[in-house]
Amino acid sequence: MTVTRRRVLGGTAATTALLAMPGLVRAQAPTLKIGILQPVTGALAQDGEYGRLGATIAIDEINAAGGIKSMGGARLQMVFGDARSNPEGGTSEVERMQSEGVAAIVGGFASPICLAASQAASRYDIPYIVDVGVSDQIVKRGLKNTFRLGPGFGTVTAAALDNLVKINDAAGKPAKTVVIVHEDGLFGSGMAKLMNAELPKRGFEILETIAHPTPSRDMSNVALRIKSLNPDLVIPSSYYGEFVLLARTLQQQKIRPKGIYAVLNGAASNFRFVKEFGDAANLVMDCNHWADPRKPKTAAVRAAAEKDGRFWLYNTPLNYSCVRLLADAIERAGSADRLKVTEALANSTFSDHIMPYGPTKFVDGQNTGAAPVNTQVQSGDIKVIFPAEFADAKPIFPAT
Amino acid sequence: MLKSEIIFAAVANGLLVGGVYALIALGLTLVYGVLHIINFAHGATLTAAMYAVLICHQAIGLDPYIAVAALAPLFFGLGYFVQRFVIGPASHGDDSNILLVTLGLSIIIENALLAGFRSDTRSIDVPYGFSVVEVGPLLLSLPKLIAFVASFAVAAVLGALLLKTDTGKAIRAVAKEKTGAALMGINVDHIYAVTFGIGAACLAIAACLLMPTYLVNPRSGNAFVLVAFTIVVLGGMGSIGGALAGGLIIGVVESLSGLFLGESLGQIGIFLIFILVLLLRPTGLSGART
Repeated sequence: MTVTRRRVLGGTAATTALLAMPGLVRAQAPTLKIGILQPVTGALAQDGEYGRLGATIAIDEINAAGGIKSMGGARLQMVFGDARSNPEGGTSEVERMQSEGVAAIVGGFASPICLAASQAASRYDIPYIVDVGVSDQIVKRGLKNTFRLGPGFGTVTAAALDNLVKINDAAGKPAKTVVIVHEDGLFGSGMAKLMNAELPKRGFEILETIAHPTPSRDMSNVALRIKSLNPDLVIPSSYYGEFVLLARTLQQQKIRPKGIYAVLNGAASNFRFVKEFGDAANLVMDCNHWADPRKPKTAAVRAAAEKDGRFWLYNTPLNYSCVRLLADAIERAGSADRLKVTEALANSTFSDHIMPYGPTKFVDGQNTGAAPVNTQVQSGDIKVIFPAEFADAKPIFPAT
Repeated sequence: MLKSEIIFAAVANGLLVGGVYALIALGLTLVYGVLHIINFAHGATLTAAMYAVLICHQAIGLDPYIAVAALAPLFFGLGYFVQRFVIGPASHGDDSNILLVTLGLSIIIENALLAGFRSDTRSIDVPYGFSVVEVGPLLLSLPKLIAFVASFAVAAVLGALLLKTDTGKAIRAVAKEKTGAALMGINVDHIYAVTFGIGAACLAIAACLLMPTYLVNPRSGNAFVLVAFTIVVLGGMGSIGGALAGGLIIGVVESLSGLFLGESLGQIGIFLIFILVLLLRPTGLSGART
């Protein structure tokens, strides 16, 4: 490259402009960086996008309402990281967020990502709020920086089993036999193991446990096995694509069990599935995270989420609530100091979220009030069928 | 023990899937038969063709079955061009170089797709995607049935082409003895490129037949090509009839082992066969003993 007079002049001008910049920034309200970690590429990309949507809605809302008041109206600034649907992606993005100086991190979605990312964050004392990851291990490692607003695996499955017994008893116990279909990763296998231990105690007979990989390109064999076993109940634990494939294959092969009862399923309480494949989705039950329909703010967040033709998934209200929880802690800490924010989170009694939980109370990082909800797809809509306090429909069971 | 109707259904399903496997193996075996090389870019080409179907569907709403008319000639042209102007010149007449060039091509295609489409798994939704045809007690998936019939139609056309046309005769001549063929006035470079083009066109057709029921990500072609390699080895390298028979056998084996051993272990049967064939009958079902 030759040095010409024009180049030198141009470079000088650019440098001057750069030097002038900090003054401009200082004139605005201070900003506070928070890390939002979601898998937006790879197998979990859809969940990650809906998680990011929830965080975006919360940050926009907080900034529009004047930012963090105890810090002179500091505006929240999202530092987004793509976890690329695997733990390595999650940890490398935590390192990047550390170098950008985030005050805290929210997200992770899948349990393996949450486990790895929260551990990486703990090395720098970065507070980490898990949005979805349900593995009980997440809050059992003694990490002071890790918090989970939503329910863990044990809580969800216990509620799911109790509610299943209640639904079955109320219908006159039509279901006795069960086939479990699960993806062969950490999440699905853990669920299958637990179901195999707990269902027989509650009077159900497990005919078979069928594993499948993620992603799967064909569910014909699984459907055929279900057809030959003819169970009363199918309990699937799979991610979105595979469950949709299974439900459609069951419909195609005219296999109609008395009920499909999903637990923490990626599709069964997903409006995309309901809208796109209404017939295959009809009457599928799920026990999962779900926003509290009684809270007035839920409708507002849902309207904001659905504005651009998006669907209403649980990832959005959970991430919205987690970011609001974090903002509340920073507000009370009055500082972006990581240890002060961690302490504020540990003492949180935050109740302005849109989940059906009540005031927040963390014990070893787990919110003790967190609980799942039972939903059922009924004629093109997702209805809450349990708990009874805010159910907006009665369970339709048996389905055939 | 499973009821016989379930096993029948699994066998039928395996046969239908096997038809498409055979079509993919056909391109591979033809290229091997004529050029005497394994085309390592086969899987990446299939993935590229599947993305082409996806783009046609999403951008202009073209039905995958109609897209065949555009994509088969397009991929024939691409295959011809790549062999004539990239692989051929780069190989400098040495077969082992061709191997490396196709391997390099596969890496380039795969990563270009990764850069262009990211690693997300995508699929297209067509109204007939989950339609069924009732045959006695069997409920056969309509798109798979169409794929099965179309695969055999393509194989028949290809067989007729090789037997009846001048180009076909030239391809067979080059396959048997390329120096002799060249002395008889056959343009060997042209025939090589035509063969490569036919292989790519087979993949384009297979992609159109697959997309109504399958998903695509930048690596999805590889899963099929591992299966196709097994079929080519099982059927005998370079044999069209062997590829068809091998495709059907592998389809059924995959389906049954999926049914009995579970979806996670479904592919184990295929590779067991692969090892057994190599051990006991390395020339394949239709290969001559030498």
